[in-house]
Amino acid sequence: MTPGRAQLGTVGRLHHISLPALAAASLVLVTAALALVFFVAPNDQFLGFSQRIFYFHVSIAFTAYLSFGLGAWKALLHLWKRDPNADLESYVAIHQGVIFGVLVLVTGSIWAKYSWGHWWLWSENQLVLFLVLFLFYAAYFMLRFSVDDGPQRANLCAVYALFGVVLIPVSFLAIRLAQNFIHPIVFTRHGANFGGWMLVTYFVTQAAVLMLAYTLYRVELAGKRLDARLRRLRESYA
Amino acid sequence: MTTAETYVTAAYCAIFAIVLVYVAIIALKLQRLEREVDELAARKPAQEADERETVSVG
Repeated sequence: MTPGRAQLGTVGRLHHISLPALAAASLVLVTAALALVFFVAPNDQFLGFSQRIFYFHVSIAFTAYLSFGLGAWKALLHLWKRDPNADLESYVAIHQGVIFGVLVLVTGSIWAKYSWGHWWLWSENQLVLFLVLFLFYAAYFMLRFSVDDGPQRANLCAVYALFGVVLIPVSFLAIRLAQNFIHPIVFTRHGANFGGWMLVTYFVTQAAVLMLAYTLYRVELAGKRLDARLRRLRESYA
Repeated sequence: MTTAETYVTAAYCAIFAIVLVYVAIIALKLQRLEREVDELAARKPAQEADERETVSVG
């Protein structure tokens, strides 16, 4: 089996884990992450105590990129394989990405206010590019709710979701290609910019945020599927 | 509490609040779905009773 197929197999197996088990795992991981962030990780040499925002800020940003990527992958599956579940899964993944995008913008702004003295700097390309990515996917919902339910809406939304995925590497690389380097960089080509307990804290936080995001994805997906089934049932009774 | 501590606390409270609002919205939606399922379940026996009556008359 190729590594790609093995990874897809792992994702497929995740679908069999029950929601209570996922919620419990999320709770344990988030608690462990918060304990590490506030009681174990040392203060950063340059950023001081405020660097603790970054454990969750960076993890949430990565999760938002991943959610948008998952949304685009499901959109591709809809167009390519005509997978009947892919449209709804793409929509829920993008919804998750937008929620985590809000969290990235809010936590980033709070840190910026403390460190730079401004909530937002329009001169910072990486901030503006993330905002463009966020607004692009926020507009996805305007498109989705302006077209009647059916195959046409699913196709239009899938094409839109696929276009947005181009912005993800641009936004990600902008932080590394920026000339002024005001925005801190956690991972460079040479590895992580920190080690020891800071690195452990980051990985635990990343696992916690990913688990939380996946749990919320599954809960929302279950709700949306139930809603669709109920609508069909109501129509058959009418 | 130092200024840095205030900002870090604010950031984590914002994360908690946004996730809480999201979970509350999902909970409200599930409540609505439960209500609709109850309505449909109540409607089904009534429909079945109507159908039985129609057959007996015909």
